[in-house]
Amino acid sequence: MSITSGTGKPLRAGRFSLLVRPRTVVVCTALLLAAAAVGVVALGTGEYRLTPGQVLATLAGGGPPGASFVVTELRLPRIATGLLVGAAFAASGGIFQSLARNPLASPDIIGFTAGSAGGALLVIVVLGGGAVGVPLGAVLGGVVAALLVHGLARRGVGGAGGRLVLTGIGVTAVLGALNSYLLTRASFAEAQQALLWLTGSLDGRGWSNALPVAAVLVAVLPAVVLTSRRMALAEMGEDAAVALGVNTARTRLWLSAAGVLLAAVATSAAGPIPFVALAAPQLARRLTRSPEPGIGTAAAMGAALTAGADWLADGRVLPGTPLPVGVLTAALGGGYLLWLLVRERRAGRT
Amino acid sequence: MPRTAPRLAALLVAALALLAVTAALSIAVGTKGIGPAGIWHALAHPTGTYDDTVVRRLRLPRTALGLAAGASLGLAGALMQGLTRNPLADPGILGVNAGASLGAVAAISLLGVQSPSGFVWFALAGAAAATAVVYLLGAGRSGRGAAATPVRLALAGTAVQAALLGVNQAFQILDSAALDKMRFWVVGALTVDNGMHVLAETGPLMLLGALIALGLARPLNAVALGEDSARALGARPGRTRALAVLAITLLCGAATAACGPIGFLGLMIPHAARALTGPDQRWILPFSMVLAPVLLLGSDVLARVAAGSDSELQVGVVTAVLGGLAFVLLVRSRRMAEL
Repeated sequence: MSITSGTGKPLRAGRFSLLVRPRTVVVCTALLLAAAAVGVVALGTGEYRLTPGQVLATLAGGGPPGASFVVTELRLPRIATGLLVGAAFAASGGIFQSLARNPLASPDIIGFTAGSAGGALLVIVVLGGGAVGVPLGAVLGGVVAALLVHGLARRGVGGAGGRLVLTGIGVTAVLGALNSYLLTRASFAEAQQALLWLTGSLDGRGWSNALPVAAVLVAVLPAVVLTSRRMALAEMGEDAAVALGVNTARTRLWLSAAGVLLAAVATSAAGPIPFVALAAPQLARRLTRSPEPGIGTAAAMGAALTAGADWLADGRVLPGTPLPVGVLTAALGGGYLLWLLVRERRAGRT
Repeated sequence: MPRTAPRLAALLVAALALLAVTAALSIAVGTKGIGPAGIWHALAHPTGTYDDTVVRRLRLPRTALGLAAGASLGLAGALMQGLTRNPLADPGILGVNAGASLGAVAAISLLGVQSPSGFVWFALAGAAAATAVVYLLGAGRSGRGAAATPVRLALAGTAVQAALLGVNQAFQILDSAALDKMRFWVVGALTVDNGMHVLAETGPLMLLGALIALGLARPLNAVALGEDSARALGARPGRTRALAVLAITLLCGAATAACGPIGFLGLMIPHAARALTGPDQRWILPFSMVLAPVLLLGSDVLARVAAGSDSELQVGVVTAVLGGLAFVLLVRSRRMAEL
């Protein structure tokens, strides 16, 4: 059995086993360091500038007088939210890409994001918004849409992964139309608030946004990483996986649930930041050159990407109007996507 | 039932009759109840009464736009499915309408263009760019006919669409005046200010696109047999594809500039047409062209009745909901493999 091994070493813990490839470990560590570095630089950027050394000293309890308030009270919550949300979106995207066996599958595309946008819009337009109501509506809407897609995709042509994607596209279209309709029914102020939320923004995020994401990541991510071997087998196709002793239906259900939970909690914290879920897992996979999904690496990549994009977008680095992070990720994601499509075409896989 | 030419011609006449009935309904039904006599009065010899104004200034342009945009989008969808041989091809799903929207939004936001006549060219440019991407994806490697699978094409289109939408949203966030205009336009509606004027400016482009499209029916039939057979039959596949892309761009770009992005007509209608006619493009294209406005105008009448007097339900919402459901049903059925 050396389908996924490469030059890796298996680590075993009871009935779980994890294959550890040196390159993956190096890349993962490097990405985590990069995410931390982005965080430190961002903590020092703004009206009140600090060198990375001063930031680290402040975090350790020392640092210049007054820096502690700016760094830990004002900037840290937003940056922590960005890192955590990026990790959660990327992990969710990695899971769905693995399930659908397609590098373009992500919560953006298979219905979850449109559902959560619909839930949030309903709360904003019909119930008048609210700091608790909007995220809650988003989570409920996303979960309902995911359940709907999952239920509808149980029967039909093609593999289960392909059906999931296509059904998601159909449901996304219906929900998207209803969302546009809700936007036309809103007052102008409501429409502006809704649009900002729908784009994905980290502006004004605090610990109450970051902590739930952290809790879900801690609870779900290790289990997902431990099942990555089963996922790798499932990626070989339904029949092969069953023949190799993987209960594909159960694995699929559990992974879908984990993916939806991660996307839901991240969306509730920062809105549906586009393309992180799509791009981060693929970029991570290219770096590790690994045939495995590599959810952990994807999460590290997502954290670095999202925090970096927010640092660039909010007007402290580049001059100009502060933009919500979602605008930058959409533009970068679009470019990445075109590159991916061209590459795949050249490889004859499209 | 054999699909003989006379029978199909009779069916087409029936479809045209259905279209006439729908168009009449679209003129007759509305919040303001106007009897047949009043309608006739307004159409034949108007004297400037209130009813005359309602019919001539509101309902007639709305119906005419629905006819033109519906025919364009249905034809574009049929052409796309014929070109890519992909059952899920649709100007909405593959991002062509989104490309046209982005072109229009950029023109509104960056250049301050206000009227459809101003941004139609930008919409055409956006549609052309998106169509080019789709063409690259759908035609297979170096045109050898190894077409993309339905899943891949639909995914690629959706992803392109998501990217375009993201940039679109950025424009709307940066420019709140654009947002206030765009949030109504992006839904897709036939209630356009000064509809006849808009139609006069976008109509010729739609007409040109339709003429090219109908002329392509026979070459598309040949191309469907595969590259080599098509050449043997005297068709020129490269030229056919290029002309098809041109026609799709004209049809989708002009229709989107006029009415906003209306999705899914191009998906549902060609499937319905194909169920009636079989695989011959010479019948599929005209049937799509006639049946699509039936659905569009029908949805518009339905939306008018459903929404009542105090609000507006845009037709784009109705077609997207119907079309999305049709899409899901299509995925669940066995027709997927048929193209």
